[in-house]
Amino acid sequence: MSGVTRGGVAIVGAAESDLGAVAALMSPIDLMAQGIRRALDDAGLTLADVDGLFCATTQARTSAMSLVEYLGLPNAYTDSTIVGGSSFEVHVAHAHAALEAGLCSVAVIAYGSTQRTVGRRAASAREFNPYETPYRPFLPATAYAMAASRHMHEYGTTREQMAAVAVAAREWALLNPAAWEKKPLTIADVLNARPISDPFTVRDICLVTDGGGAIVLVKADRARHLKHTPVYVLGTGQSITHASITSMPVLTHTGAIESGAQAYRAAGVKASEVNVVALYDAFTINTILFLEDLGFCPKGEGGRFVEGGRITPKGSLAVNTNGGGLSYCHPGMYGLFLLIEAVRQLRGQCGARQVGGAALAVVHGNGGVLSAQATTILGGPATV
Amino acid sequence: VGLSVIAVVDSVPGVISEEHVMPNAAESPLATYLSHLKRGELGYQFSPSLGHAVFYPRVIAPKTGAADLEWRVSKGLGTVHATTVVHPQQGGPYNVCLVDVDEGFRMMSRIEDIAPTAVKIGMRVRFRVHAPEGDEDPYPVFTAAEGAV
Repeated sequence: MSGVTRGGVAIVGAAESDLGAVAALMSPIDLMAQGIRRALDDAGLTLADVDGLFCATTQARTSAMSLVEYLGLPNAYTDSTIVGGSSFEVHVAHAHAALEAGLCSVAVIAYGSTQRTVGRRAASAREFNPYETPYRPFLPATAYAMAASRHMHEYGTTREQMAAVAVAAREWALLNPAAWEKKPLTIADVLNARPISDPFTVRDICLVTDGGGAIVLVKADRARHLKHTPVYVLGTGQSITHASITSMPVLTHTGAIESGAQAYRAAGVKASEVNVVALYDAFTINTILFLEDLGFCPKGEGGRFVEGGRITPKGSLAVNTNGGGLSYCHPGMYGLFLLIEAVRQLRGQCGARQVGGAALAVVHGNGGVLSAQATTILGGPATV
Repeated sequence: VGLSVIAVVDSVPGVISEEHVMPNAAESPLATYLSHLKRGELGYQFSPSLGHAVFYPRVIAPKTGAADLEWRVSKGLGTVHATTVVHPQQGGPYNVCLVDVDEGFRMMSRIEDIAPTAVKIGMRVRFRVHAPEGDEDPYPVFTAAEGAV
């Protein structure tokens, strides 16, 4: 996308709301508000400074309206674009444009979900699709499972390679005190877990938790005077290739090829320069697909790439350092947590899981059934 | 100064001349598709402007935007493109797959009469209509088509 300035805006605040299993009767907007308060504290700003609200949740049809009312900000610029789990990477691109156009000066991006408490069906009701619903696909798992079946068929990707993604996520999660999962996981554990939609077992699939959070963005000149080292937005990209898996153009090639190319072009960087990678791992095949499509290995090599512990804490590429949707937290639309973790890595706040010399991060959100791909490239002061 | 300019037009405000009124479509794309199925046919659309089949059925062609969608009937042969076995918490495992129909469109379906684990990518399959129960609409399923090329 053209028309915005590379590094023209920065993330200056980031925080999770309560995670995991939240208090009874907590609402998704409660979690958004909690995340916003914590993210503003992190930034050294107050609610009175906020004049731009970007939000999404599956549990409120008009979430921006609900959030404006809750926060008492009737004149805020609002955007509640929802394209599934990548909504928040899309919000970053929209906030970038809105900040530079002067539509707002302090933009907050927020998310909240109580899907563990209320149940997945209540949190995110499936729309009836006359061309799919009669076959009872267990969505979204069945859609990703069929993409995995193609990847195995075309490239010889194995169950063990997919399991290695779950094992790596777990190893990172064990270094993250906020992670839901607390016990080690082996490849055998993944393969022998309860089958869900072949080739996936329950351990190939993201968690079902509650959770939320927020990030705060301002223009770069203002960011330099706030509490933390700014994390600059260097480039963004978006590609929506389909809504239902039947219409995905090529099941082994995602829109991340296009969204990544847009973001790399805008940022003027390439995959080999990146040292923090945050990929939306709703399913183990996602990490493999996105490593390929974002240029970390050639197409078809993703399975072999993740073997031998390459993306574990002891490996050569730091992928999903918070433990990912597979082992840290997954309230349904996980994309915001990718951004929060990348900000913390680039600030050097990650303790036991800190990536040495973290300077450049690729954040990749995924929405729907490999449908809405959105890439955000973030960098510390040395990159602008 | 200060006077509003009011545009004066010949026609009565709020009334659109008859040649500009578009009649409502007589039937939705889904209704046409279902009536093909009720006749035992797998109906699909073809767009000359696009140059290939369109599925699911629509009111205009994707990309070109042309209202040139023609209904055609498939010969009912296809190839399994992707497949999975769903393991529900209640009830037995079942197949869900994507079938590439020979006329050049892809649809979700299932392969019947064989074990769900026996469904393989590349398998040739033949269409049949799933008989509806109660108020259920008919929908297409497939069976293994041994020897069909």
